Amino acid sequence: MLDGEPLVRWRWLGDHFGYLADLTADHAVIALVPVLLALLLAVPLGLACARFPRMYQPLAAVFNVVYALPSLAVFVVLIPYTGLATRETVMVPLTCYALAVLLPTAVDGLRAVPEPVRQAATAMGYGPWRRLAAVELPASVPYLIGGLRVAAVSSISLAAVGALVGRGGLGYLFVDGFQRTFPTPILAGIALVALLALATDLLLVAARRVLAPWARGVAR
Amino acid sequence: MNWLGWLHDFFADPAHRSGPDSVVHRVLEHLAFSAEALGLAVLVALPLGLLIGYSGRGLFVVTALAGVARALPTLGLVTLAVLLAGVGDAAVLLPLTALAAPPVLVAAAEGVRGTDPDVRDAARGIGLTHPQTLLRVCVPAAAPTLLAGLRTASVQVIATATVAAYVGLGGLGRYVIDGLATRNYPTTVGGALLVVLLAVAVQLLFALLIRLAAPPGTRTRARRAGRTGRTEEPVPVDDPASPPALVKETP
Repeated sequence: MLDGEPLVRWRWLGDHFGYLADLTADHAVIALVPVLLALLLAVPLGLACARFPRMYQPLAAVFNVVYALPSLAVFVVLIPYTGLATRETVMVPLTCYALAVLLPTAVDGLRAVPEPVRQAATAMGYGPWRRLAAVELPASVPYLIGGLRVAAVSSISLAAVGALVGRGGLGYLFVDGFQRTFPTPILAGIALVALLALATDLLLVAARRVLAPWARGVAR
Repeated sequence: MNWLGWLHDFFADPAHRSGPDSVVHRVLEHLAFSAEALGLAVLVALPLGLLIGYSGRGLFVVTALAGVARALPTLGLVTLAVLLAGVGDAAVLLPLTALAAPPVLVAAAEGVRGTDPDVRDAARGIGLTHPQTLLRVCVPAAAPTLLAGLRTASVQVIATATVAAYVGLGGLGRYVIDGLATRNYPTTVGGALLVVLLAVAVQLLFALLIRLAAPPGTRTRARRAGRTGRTEEPVPVDDPASPPALVKETP
């Protein structure tokens, strides 16, 4: 309970502007680098799955289970290998969670290339690699970005839990505010996490407009 | 770095065999609290979602809400709730319910919305009223989607209940948080392992339920979806206003 403590002390926010900015930057790195790593892994894995469909079912099942694992438990289990309060303890699980979202979207995207388009590319003399780079990957961009939006937003909100194992970017504000019975940092943390998620989401939408302008008309 | 040693220490500890800190008691606490939050979320979100899906009004609000819920940090909501409402399980129940409700709402709305319009017309044509059409035709047809939404919500609730041990909630998170606070690694790892097992067990239960709930007419489709574990879960060519709807929430 708050004994006369206001919900938000605006002066605290002003005094700690630089501190909040640092935490936000740290949070962005912890949350978003795993998403990029997952993207780098999802594309080749997705290609393999699109080519060998038998591989996909077991992989999808594994990642479904991975996605259901509570983050705090996974962080804790990793501590002996990656150390307490290190970035890796939080970033390794976040990479797995992001991959669990991105792999199905990568596979869907690669499968969505219409067969006539593929054949047309082949007929124009494209080899398999050039066809991949010039036709199949660009065609799957809207799918990948759809997956990236979900993965990035989840990753940003999940990274805060890392504060309980000593490294959670903005999540530290929740621990700090709770221990001092001081709601201002908690509210600032919630707002900054949500803002970071929103900004990332808008950035991805903008990226889709640039990279896949044709997808705009198809949007629901 | 001795896993077997830690787990042996954890399970051999007499305090974890009986009494308030025993494994059985903590598992039951975790399950009871998660079920309570999930039940409350269903009570609020299910009727609302069914109505929205059936009328087709307010779908935009539902998807927007789900997007916002995904962006909110659970730890922040839980600590804030306890500061504002005081220590106690009731204070934690509110954010937990709030986080579990959006997936249920989205699943109910999308599931009902996805019923074949011809089937709905047929139901009306043989004289069923709107409530009858919704409850006897749309709800059974949407059952697998609904259960997939419930599964998403259960993942969310079990994970958040673990985190909520930080603000004093019982359950398996106690082992994790107390073990971290006292640098007692066997307790932390034992608790984390139990949380993982519990989460996987609940997932398997839902996978089974989804398979059983598929109405005969839609069985082929539902079975395919059940096998990949992703029911009606496309990540569509999207627009900023409506983020992909039935995607899983934060683990």
